Amino acid sequence: MKQMQKALILSQRESASGIYDMWIETDLAAQAGAGQFLCIYPRDKSTLLPRPISICEVREDKKALRIVYRVAGQGTKEFSGYQAGETIRIMGTLGNGFPVSEAEGRKTFLIGGGIGVPPILQLAKEVRGEKQIIAGYRNHETFLKEDFDRYGKVYIATEDGSVGTKGNVMDAIAQNGLEAELIYACGPMPMLRAVKAYAAKHNIKAYISLEEHMACGVGACLGCVVKTKETDSHSHVNNARICTEGPVFEADAVEL
Amino acid sequence: MNTQTEIAGITFKNPVMTASGTFGSGMEYSEFVDLNLLGAVVTKGVANRPWTGNPTPRVAEVYGGMLNAIGLQNPGIDVFMERDIPFLKQFDTRIIVNVCGKTVEDYVEVVERLGEEPAVAMLEINVSCPNVKEGAIAFGQKADALFSITREIKKHAKQPVIMKLSPNVTDIGEMAKAAEAAGADALSLINTITGMKIDIHKRTFALANKTGGMSGPAIKPVAVRMVYQAAQAVKIPIIGMGGIATAEDAIEFLLAGASAVSIGAMNFVNPYTTEEVVKGIEGYMEQYHIETLSELIGAVH
Repeated sequence: MKQMQKALILSQRESASGIYDMWIETDLAAQAGAGQFLCIYPRDKSTLLPRPISICEVREDKKALRIVYRVAGQGTKEFSGYQAGETIRIMGTLGNGFPVSEAEGRKTFLIGGGIGVPPILQLAKEVRGEKQIIAGYRNHETFLKEDFDRYGKVYIATEDGSVGTKGNVMDAIAQNGLEAELIYACGPMPMLRAVKAYAAKHNIKAYISLEEHMACGVGACLGCVVKTKETDSHSHVNNARICTEGPVFEADAVEL
Repeated sequence: MNTQTEIAGITFKNPVMTASGTFGSGMEYSEFVDLNLLGAVVTKGVANRPWTGNPTPRVAEVYGGMLNAIGLQNPGIDVFMERDIPFLKQFDTRIIVNVCGKTVEDYVEVVERLGEEPAVAMLEINVSCPNVKEGAIAFGQKADALFSITREIKKHAKQPVIMKLSPNVTDIGEMAKAAEAAGADALSLINTITGMKIDIHKRTFALANKTGGMSGPAIKPVAVRMVYQAAQAVKIPIIGMGGIATAEDAIEFLLAGASAVSIGAMNFVNPYTTEEVVKGIEGYMEQYHIETLSELIGAVH
């Protein structure tokens, strides 16, 4: 069930330039799944709308959540100044999350690019089966890489070639001759388009996590839609709400 | 203490409503808010057939508010009658359905369908959405066009008709008078104020539609002023809205002449806003020993 609550900040650090890594204490952790997100509300009244931020990790005791986010504007800038012991107003858990059970007995790619990397960590923890984690970064600041090493074989791509394959995640897949029967991915739109094309070419299923500007986060405002191949049962038009029917969609079902 | 308010012969348990388009048909927010506590739920605009709406991005934040250009995406009246009305009927609150259309015939078709449903207390006619190219605002920015569509809808409507007015006009009093003269039973205002935001890093418009409707606390003074001017111009009741975040804000609208108020963008910021405003109005009435809500309506003039 969705809830709005105040959560205690347990820790926060800058883990790469402009990337912040925060743990918060919340019982929403008990219902959180990989690929779901939280809405976080700035305190500053000039920045009213909640910021949708993906869940990076659920603590083992299900009493805390980790979020890793990039400072992109006024709201996230405010969040980055918070200290342990302060509270934040959150709503969650939101969205459908990745269908992790589909990975059982299958060889999977878990692909994250840029600030799409964080939700792949919880996914890597939940997915059973043969996991190949492919993470794309701008440069040597490969945040979360050490965490990934515990859950599967990790391949890194960097735009500047400082770590792993020079290029993007698709280049890393090609260079390492990787193969999969199922893909989960989160990252920037050009990466998701490439994943969708790759999945279609190899005739494998891909689940991709999308983002869009949101106002409500709960499906009421119809701000964050994606064009869909079929009409869905809520909208009755070729638009699905990323916050509610998503953010994870079968790549084949959406037009990017 | 009596918080009831009356509009066109319909009694509402309190003056707090939801603003169309910010609350769906109540389903999403019913996880947070007890809909039984609200004076009315005003639904998202519904047309005679499904509308796809505008491309994304459809929303952008601005200082103290937001812009939206959803473009009235809706599933059409058939789905609405089968799904949304039965959902809302479960609650002890009034149902006001917001109606949109591209032509007069579109509006009339929806108005007639809703006439079959006695659970719908009132109709709110959207002639003020700034985000669709045809219909909608074309009817709401000229007094003679507003007069014609209001009269046509009144001919076909079984329920009392609220005309929702645009703030994007030169003289709100003239528009209010035109709607009243054509037989409107009530007015609601303001719809969003047309605005624009430019992303200086991408050097493009923040919204795919280029322009959008601004809402949120930053527009409240404009809305209070327009509600006051409309209230001075007409005798029919007014539902006031525009940036209401607190009970204090809502009371300003009542004092300016509104018989009821709607909460819009603030639902996104705090889903409990409607409930909090209901309680806050009660607290204010208690504090100032006000017996009936009607004592507040239009008290400042």
